[in-house]
Amino acid sequence: MRQFVDQLIQNGYFAGAPKELVYAGAMIVAALVVLSVFVAPLAGVTSWLERRVWARMQSRVGPNRVGPQGILQWLADGIKNLLKEDIIPASADKFLFSLAPYVVFVGFLSAFVVIPFGRELIVADLNIGILYLLAVTSVVVVGILMAGWSSNNKWSLLGGMRSAAQIVSYEIPAGLAVLTIVFVAGTLSTQGIIKGQGWAPWDWFLFYNPFTFVAFFLYFTAALAEGNRTPFDIPEAESELVAGYVTEYSGMRFLFFFFAEWGNLYVIGAVATILFLGGWHIPAIPALADQPILKGGLQFAVFFVKAYFWVFVAMWVRATLPRVRVDQLMSLCWKYMVPLSFVCVVGTAAWMLIWPQGNRPVSMAMFLLGVVILAMFSKRVGYQIRHARPVLYLRPYI
Amino acid sequence: MDDLVAHPFFPILVLFCLAGIVVLALLLVAQKVGPKKMDPVKAEPFESGNPPRGDARIRFPVKFYLVAMLFLIFDLEAVFLYPWAILLRRLGTYGLVEMGIFLLIAAVGFLYAWKRGALDWE
Repeated sequence: MRQFVDQLIQNGYFAGAPKELVYAGAMIVAALVVLSVFVAPLAGVTSWLERRVWARMQSRVGPNRVGPQGILQWLADGIKNLLKEDIIPASADKFLFSLAPYVVFVGFLSAFVVIPFGRELIVADLNIGILYLLAVTSVVVVGILMAGWSSNNKWSLLGGMRSAAQIVSYEIPAGLAVLTIVFVAGTLSTQGIIKGQGWAPWDWFLFYNPFTFVAFFLYFTAALAEGNRTPFDIPEAESELVAGYVTEYSGMRFLFFFFAEWGNLYVIGAVATILFLGGWHIPAIPALADQPILKGGLQFAVFFVKAYFWVFVAMWVRATLPRVRVDQLMSLCWKYMVPLSFVCVVGTAAWMLIWPQGNRPVSMAMFLLGVVILAMFSKRVGYQIRHARPVLYLRPYI
Repeated sequence: MDDLVAHPFFPILVLFCLAGIVVLALLLVAQKVGPKKMDPVKAEPFESGNPPRGDARIRFPVKFYLVAMLFLIFDLEAVFLYPWAILLRRLGTYGLVEMGIFLLIAAVGFLYAWKRGALDWE
């Protein structure tokens, strides 16, 4: 980011303006672009796509009226929510009730500071990147707790408390799973972690050793739970708690909670891509060497596809699995995932001392194991699809 | 001012402020264009259509408090591990053994909490 602005100044743009002012202006413009061009449409389209994907998996059609295939449904929903009455219950704590959407939204949006879009494209490559990411994403829990308590509604209170308990519990396996990658990469910067990997799958940290392989699944499961996603959506379980902590929210305030939830899905996928899946690495193509824009675009596309694949998996999981009970949720975290993630941490630490430069044959073996698991899984899915007589959900244009 | 802009964490401040401004602006627009027809029934807390009974300032299970305490202990421990993780290559076996002792103590605490039933949720 800074190098780019330096280049512009060198080329004679902004002549006469103080350098700091140019930097500050560039930063504000970059943040606005990230928010309005990337994050807002992304969260919106994800909300539409999620409904379409569930619908197909349940042999329904889903929203398909607004725009081609219903792709503008999110804009229609946004405008509708904007035109709704802003209701604050009489018995609510008005200050905290109004503050909660801000906290949730700020916590979600600040994650985009350290999420890269390509080798050069990142808002700021902080030296504590991944720790910062863990810190700001857990700011959301404060907002949820505020929303739950200040609504002065029993559903909201229970939803908020459950959500807080769940998010803080799953923070530990998620943090320890991230730690295994910090051992391997030796840095906390997101760009630094990506640069330690390569474009080929066997260079990814996912296949670095058996412990990082397990850590990936620990991370993804814990991240789903932190995002309050099914099968861990007991905080807003509609069959028991109406809507959990958002029961009393309406209109725009309600929208901000769900904006953050759908945007967070992408953050989960992006963090998984940064840590385990090689980020924006593309093979060295000689034809692209002197075309920085095309190369940057390709890197962004690779990163985005990898990250969005995990958004799709989260939708798939939500359409497939039933909700777990609160005691199952807590014992899964504390009795299985926390000990397992400690084993991963100690295992990776020992591994780093035995093979400081990594172990190539083990990486290749892990990669083959991954391919075999994927092939077996695909075979199962293919079998299920053939036997479900998918008349509706395999026809793309309805 | 110059120091502030040059600081590597300046973008965080920008994005924090921007997020707040966006929420504020959209809420103000919503308040301008939305209808305003409050009545006492609408302002009641929602209890699935029943008349609300008492308020939500009630006692809730102490379990949640216990989870928060366990979280504090283990999350702080995880944060202690981060600097070690970055420096492990330089610290070598000495670092691994030293941190192994730390983790062993933590594991004993974890087992104690487990055996006392702190991890059970009934």
